[in-house]
Amino acid sequence: MFYREAGQFKASYAEDSRIFTIRQDRVGFWLLMLIFGVAVPLLANQYWLKAILIPVLIFSLAALGLNILTGYAGQLSLGSAAFMAVGAFAAYNFMLRIEGMPFLLALVLAGLTAAAVGILFGLPSLRIKGFYLAVATLAAQFFIVWVLVKFPWFSNHSSSGVVTAQDVNILGYTFDTPQAKYILTFLIVAGMALLAKNMVRSSTGRAWMAVRDMDVAAQVIGFRLMRTKLLAFAVSSFYCGVAGALYAYTYIGTVEPEGFNLDLSFKILFMIIIGGVGSIMGSFLGAAFIVLLPIFLDNVVPAIFGDTLGAGFVSNFQLIVFGGLIIFFLIVEPHGLARLWQIGKEKLRLWPFPH
Amino acid sequence: MKLKHSVLLGAAVAGLLGSATASAEEQFVGLPSYRVGPYAAGGSGLFGGWIDYMQLINERDGGVNGVKLSWEECETEYNNARGVECYERLKKKGSAGNTVFQPVSTGITYSVLEKVAQDKIPMVTIGYGRTDAADGRVFPWVFPMITTYWSQASAIVNFVGMKEGGMDKLKGKKIGLLYHDSAYGKESHAILDKLAAKHGFEVIKIAVAHPGNEQQSQWLQIRQAKPDYVILWGWGVMNPTAIKAAAKTGFPRDKLIGVWWSGAEEDTIPAGPAAKGFVAAGFNVAGANYPVVADIKKFVYGKDKGNMEDKTRIGSVYYNRGVVHGIITVEAIRKAQEKYGKGKALTGEQVRWGFENLNLDDARLKALGATGFLPSLKISCADHEGPGKVKFQQWDGSQWKVITDWVDSDRPLIRGMIEESAAAYAKEKGIKPRDCSKES
Repeated sequence: MFYREAGQFKASYAEDSRIFTIRQDRVGFWLLMLIFGVAVPLLANQYWLKAILIPVLIFSLAALGLNILTGYAGQLSLGSAAFMAVGAFAAYNFMLRIEGMPFLLALVLAGLTAAAVGILFGLPSLRIKGFYLAVATLAAQFFIVWVLVKFPWFSNHSSSGVVTAQDVNILGYTFDTPQAKYILTFLIVAGMALLAKNMVRSSTGRAWMAVRDMDVAAQVIGFRLMRTKLLAFAVSSFYCGVAGALYAYTYIGTVEPEGFNLDLSFKILFMIIIGGVGSIMGSFLGAAFIVLLPIFLDNVVPAIFGDTLGAGFVSNFQLIVFGGLIIFFLIVEPHGLARLWQIGKEKLRLWPFPH
Repeated sequence: MKLKHSVLLGAAVAGLLGSATASAEEQFVGLPSYRVGPYAAGGSGLFGGWIDYMQLINERDGGVNGVKLSWEECETEYNNARGVECYERLKKKGSAGNTVFQPVSTGITYSVLEKVAQDKIPMVTIGYGRTDAADGRVFPWVFPMITTYWSQASAIVNFVGMKEGGMDKLKGKKIGLLYHDSAYGKESHAILDKLAAKHGFEVIKIAVAHPGNEQQSQWLQIRQAKPDYVILWGWGVMNPTAIKAAAKTGFPRDKLIGVWWSGAEEDTIPAGPAAKGFVAAGFNVAGANYPVVADIKKFVYGKDKGNMEDKTRIGSVYYNRGVVHGIITVEAIRKAQEKYGKGKALTGEQVRWGFENLNLDDARLKALGATGFLPSLKISCADHEGPGKVKFQQWDGSQWKVITDWVDSDRPLIRGMIEESAAAYAKEKGIKPRDCSKES
């Protein structure tokens, strides 16, 4: 009823192969883009931009990176935070050591550095699979953080190992207000999401999915396993690296290696599990869920119970509720929020008739 | 605990509960607390003591010159991103905005270091944070007060010298450094290397990987190197593990010296009898028999408005550290009111002046009932650190006993390092240091 697509015909190949084949989706998509790209920076206050929307966008990008690797290519990874660290520190060092380095170029180079490191740690994936590969990527997680702490060169000999991101300056314009930083982050994330969407719809993405579903069969029908898997590692790390650089430059402003610990890697993994493994939209939904829910609970729970129960209890209670909700969503829809949205769409299409 | 003053709820709920929060002038203090996660034991004690002290000011004195203190907690889980969220959430609360931000986490300190200058909110980091921010000319908005990690390392070396009977006796000695392998643990390296060169002792640096519940190989190394003293620069589970391992290796506990994040009841009690004799530095002391703590018991817990659920922790190291945070916050507000008007709620910018001109001399500490509780303190435009002194306490098996007076650090050496590091930061960031002769 609401989502009726009757009368919409695909008359050309171009129409058939577009991302949103249904008009309602297209309208909805552009509306969302207008809301988040124009209305939000105009209307939202500093708190929303700096503390909520920018981190959600950045973590969406990191989740997207992991989703490419885990969701599309089927390679489980626990090293996403470490690749973010590579991106953040690479961007810092490119900006620091090369005079007049343009920020966007530094961002790309940071992504490429992360991609190179990703390929290196992706090599074991040619031999090992599943949980064993997860353990190998776990090594990446600890090794990279250790290297960044161990060699002070990476943090420019800062005594505490913490580096401060330089100003973001593109073509003479300094991105120092929350609005400017938000728009920059938004454009980069939106652009890279579009790129990812097209990548997974193309032969590259199909190769990944073939490998994910059964790598022996994929090999038999002619996909080169090594190339496919390493490409997935490279692209995934590139996304994580750019997310890490944005984390440093448009969000926190300072980074330390310990900030990119295993907890963060797990968090990114939870984002794609909650959002939907193998779904671009799921990355965004999952990141929003994992970032926003604890903040929401921290606002709501003390307001309800704060005056009657102890502060320690209130803090622990939030974690209990958070964990409970994750389990609830996984039971209700094991395929994540993205699948929930898909089911909702199907229902809306048929409404009010059940069949 | 019973009455967490929450601005979120607003006056309506406060009125409903019959609490007296709804006064005209209120000074808001945002508390980025952590009561869950690996640091929860420290966080709950520290923030409990801090809140209790502010509650004491409200209950006993009716606020600071009639201005009631109000506060709100925001759970950071000791996570940088959550800390930034809390900072942004708290900064506009209250009638005049957040007065002061004290993250009690080095990571969060770095994350908001530049934001506080833009938002004009002073940041006070007592015993953690960025050491070179003690140069107030480069960091006008940051106050690493009382003492820094560098001062602490130097004070520990001075303490060892005292025990040996003179700094010249340190020549040829070996001092082991068992440190948490993180930015926090490495903060000790540069200063100890300089002091070793100066006094002619040798530093043996031994890293312990996070979380530090496995230290067999490290203590084997210590047994082989036979250091005269070992400095324990750890946190959390690493501390009791090290103390127990020292006992197992036969290393004398009175030569194992903890830093202030290694010397609380939470570190010694889990180690059991092995901890007897263990020495630790602290910029505050343990004990509930100080008049200020007694007043909290009388005026706050007497009215059942205390924040601590476990009342036996009142007077513990972390609790008292929270009281120190409270004292410094309240005294800075009081100082700022002298300049900007008594009985008025002040902005963060005005309170910053109060921190910069804070002077807690012995007479003031006595009036506060905190003689010997924290060192006397004088902050200036150039020096945002203050005394840089610590006391040493020894665990006697059931409680901490103070064994020294305030031990000084090598001030000229540390000040030189601070200025050098701050100047490098100023150059990198293009900051022009303030001229302190022009500040009033």
